[in-house]
This record gives sequence, C-alpha cells and structure tokens, in this order.
Amino acid sequence: MTGGNPIIQAEALDKYYGSFQALDNINMSVHSGERVVICGPSGSGKSTLIRCFNALEHHSAGKLIVDGIEVFEGSKEIRRLRQEVGMVFQQFNLFPHLTVLENLTIGPIRVRKVPKAEAEANAHRYLERVHIPEQADKYPSQLSGGQQQRVAIARSLCMESRIMLFDEPTSALDPEMINEVLDVMVGLADTGMTMVCVTHEMGFARKVADTMIFMDGGQIIETAPPEKFFTQPESERCKAFLEQILEH
Amino acid sequence: MARSHSTDYVIPKPPLPGRILASVPVSITIYLLVIGFIAYTAYDGSKAMGYNWQWYRMPQYLWTMTDEGFQWGEIALGLVKTLQLSLLAFVLALALGLIVALLRLSGLLVGTAVARVFLEVVRNTPLLVLLYLFYYVLGPIFDLDRYTASILCLGVYHAALISEIFRAAINSVAPGQWEGASSIGMSKAQAYRYIVLPQSVRFMLPPMTGEMVNMVKSSAIVSVIAVAELTTMGRNIISDTYMSFEVWFTIAAVYLLVTLTLSFGVSLVERHYALK
Ligand SMILES: Nc1ncnc2c1ncn2[C@@H]1O[C@H](COP(=O)(O)OP(=O)(O)OP(=O)(O)O)[C@@H](O)[C@H]1O
Ligand SMILES: [Mg+2]
Repeated sequence: MTGGNPIIQAEALDKYYGSFQALDNINMSVHSGERVVICGPSGSGKSTLIRCFNALEHHSAGKLIVDGIEVFEGSKEIRRLRQEVGMVFQQFNLFPHLTVLENLTIGPIRVRKVPKAEAEANAHRYLERVHIPEQADKYPSQLSGGQQQRVAIARSLCMESRIMLFDEPTSALDPEMINEVLDVMVGLADTGMTMVCVTHEMGFARKVADTMIFMDGGQIIETAPPEKFFTQPESERCKAFLEQILEH
Repeated sequence: MARSHSTDYVIPKPPLPGRILASVPVSITIYLLVIGFIAYTAYDGSKAMGYNWQWYRMPQYLWTMTDEGFQWGEIALGLVKTLQLSLLAFVLALALGLIVALLRLSGLLVGTAVARVFLEVVRNTPLLVLLYLFYYVLGPIFDLDRYTASILCLGVYHAALISEIFRAAINSVAPGQWEGASSIGMSKAQAYRYIVLPQSVRFMLPPMTGEMVNMVKSSAIVSVIAVAELTTMGRNIISDTYMSFEVWFTIAAVYLLVTLTLSFGVSLVERHYALK
C-alpha cells in the first residue's frame, strides 16, 4: 500500500432502501494501485457499497470521496467520476445491438470525444489484452459468457479508467470459463490498476489482493491483508464464512 | 451453454392488451369475414331490392385514358390525400408520442403530471368530438384550414396511443443497459439515444404497425369536415351517381389494400430488427 491521499475514501457511509439499512457506518479507504477484495454472505451489502463508488447508488449519510471528487446525489461531477471509475457487472451488461468493437468505442467516442480511428485502435489493443482480438466484429450474443465478460472488462479499459470495480464478475459464468476471466483480471492487477473486486474466488484473492474486506449485515466486519485474513481471521462470523466457502 | 447466461434480453410482454386482436393474420381474417358477410347479404338483399349494379361505371373514378392522356380519377386522388394526411399525422403523433412518453418516464413531477393530463384528456374524448374541437374551436382561433386541423387532430389523438407504445418498449429494455451506459459516463440523453431507444425499436414495431393501420382507417373521419380524402370522394361520387354499393365496396377495398401493404412493409423492417 502506498502513502499519500487515498483514491477512494469512505467515512461513516450509511445507505437505506426505504427503511431497510443496506450499509451501516462504512469506513474504508483505497489507495492508488491498491487491490481490495470484498467478500461476505449474500445480502451483506457488497454490491451496494461498490455501486456507491461510481454513484450507481447514492449513500444516505456519510462522506465519500472518489478520485478527488466528492460523491453526492445530484452532483454535476458524477459523469466525470464515472469516466474515471470503470465497472464490470455480474451480468456483463454489454450492448446487444452493437458489435464488440462498437461496444468498446461508443464510450470513448460519445463521452470522451476521442476521434473514431483512435478509439478503434485502442479498442483493438485492449481486445488483444483480454485475448479475443478476433471477435471485434461479432455481436455479444455470438460470444460465450467468458468472452462477453472479457469484452465488458475491455469496455471499461477503453475508457482509460483509473479505478476498476468488479461486482462478482465470474459468478454468472460456467465453471470452465471462470479462469479465462480471472487470468485477465490478474493481468490487469499486474499493470498496477487500482481494483476493488467483490468476489468469492479466494484463489484469485490470495494471488492479487493487498487488502481483504469481509462484510456482513451492511457492516465491514474485518479488514486485513490476505495472509492474516485467511489464516487468522479475528471475528467468528468471518471464520465461519471462510470455512464455508473454502470447503468447496 | 453460455447462452443460458445472456440475460441482456427480456422477453417483451405484449405492450397493449389489444395486441392479439391487432395482429396481422387475425385482423385480415376478421376483415375478410366481415367483408364477405356484407358482400353476400348485400348481393342477396340487392337482388331482392332490384338494385341496378353498374360496376362498368366505376373504373373512371380510379383513372381515365382520354385523348388528353392518362388521368387519375377521384378515388385515386382521394387516396393520395388520405395517405398524405395519415403520413403527416403519423409523423406528428410519433414526435408528440415520444415527448409524452419521455415526460412520463422522466421522474419529474411536473413532466409526469403534464403527460398524464394529456393522456387522460385525449383518451377520454371521442375522436369525432376532438375533430370538431380542432376545426370549429381551435380552427377559428388559430386560423387553421380544414386540412391542417385534421392533421393536428389525428396527430394528437394517436400520440396518446403511441406514447404508451414508446413507454412500454422503453421499459422492456433490460435495466442493466442503463447501468452499462451510466458506467461508461453516458448522460441520460446519450443513454436514450445510443443504447435504449435503438434496442426498444424491436419491441415497438409490431404495435406501431397496428397504429399506422389505425391511423389510415381513422383518417376517414375527417370526411365529416369535408377534407377531400378517400371517404369524402366516395360520398361525392355517390351523390352524383347513386352507386352507393359499388362505391363503398371499392373504397373499402382500397383501404384494405393500403393497410395490407403497410403491414407487409413493416414486417420486412421487423425482420431487420430481429435479434442478432
Ligand atoms: N434497490 C433495492 N431496493 C431495496 N432493497 C435493496 C435494493 N438493492 C439491494 N437491496 C437490499 O440491500 C441488501 C444488500 O444488497 P446487496 O445487493 O448490496 O448485497 P450483496 O452483498 O451484493 O449480495 P449478493 O452476494 O447476493 O450479491 C439486500 O438485503 C438487498 O435485498
Ligand atoms: Mg451483489
């Protein structure tokens, strides 16, 4: 972990859906180049938390600063923020009416105003990096799930984001496709990208995480480097959770 | 196997309850049955009445070949007017319908309220009354001629129906598409333009065909303010010739021809927008 100001800083975040509290007093920070893996049982608020980081959800109380931008509902800076913070979804959310190449270039061209030729050159470069350079002219529905998710990763990379958020990127995939996506993510970690991943792929977490976070009931229960997190977790809940998922 | 995970597409629910009745094969069948029934009873009844069929006098109202050359007849000219009127009104209805749909989806209190009031007023006014309002009330105020008043009236009337088609189609696009668009920094307008509207076309084409057909059919009502379209031409010819059976059969057939051609044309477009 590097010094200096954190690139993501959350202070006392709360999030309510109506009267239901999904996030409860979240305090955390992520530094530039840091890789954070968040895990926890279903419904613990993992998605809600990282969706707050790119303002897909708005926190109800507390303070959140991402890449120097204070995030709050109605902020004029939200679109600029989202250009800096890429997001990869469980269900890919590719644009089915556009080819792979168009999926990758529409953001740079329409949002970042990059010239078309340059955007396409970049797109080809990133497709290379996610190991599917030959699929540029296909439509998403013609690709396997693993390939679609790699296109989704490339789509975020094409925006030249400085931070990448992953929300269970492999949990909608057939088992034989999980590794091809994780490999791409490990490669991305090697480039020094700041990453916040919600995932239950503990092998991946061990390999790339600088920091592990365990959430339950909308709270951060435990924060620790992976060596400590996997061998001697402090809380009982975290221990039980790890036992359960490492069994498989 | 990977297909099972692609949830980008949501099966469209029928956007309007009348979908089945408005579907092309069903409407053709109903149309033919009704026409057949009318034709038979008319023929039967006309024999009893001693009606004097004069079909040989009809072609001149479609077109004539004289020494001065080829000339379209009154029915053909009326048809052109009907098509013009329907097309302009449909374009107006599309634009207005999209605006009303976007207002309703905007989440803005004022936008939603304006859209709802518009919908309630238009939907609860008979088309004929709406036409009278446009021609006899708004007409003198805004100096509208009967043709313009007709276009505005039909446009407004169908905008209400079309806005519901837009709304249903936009709602049929998977919510993940909005998130995908937002996550790469698109504004709401960009998300609509580049991501959501192009995908919703697929959902709106079938009901939109129905609306186009309805537009052509309901345009006949402007004959009550004597706009020189197909139905008015029919009435004029009858008042000159008393051939009411021949004329109304011909007019009905012309409408049928137009609406069938429309449906066929749109089914070609639909194929283009089918799942890739
Ligand atoms: N839009 C919403 N409206 C109401 N409640 C919601 C909404 N989104 C999430 N929740 C609730 O908030 C809680 C946290 O949801 P969240 O999706 O963040 O959990 P998660 O940790 O990502 O779970 P999972 O592992 O199942 O994805 C859940 O109880 C969920 O039911
Ligand atoms: Mg989740």
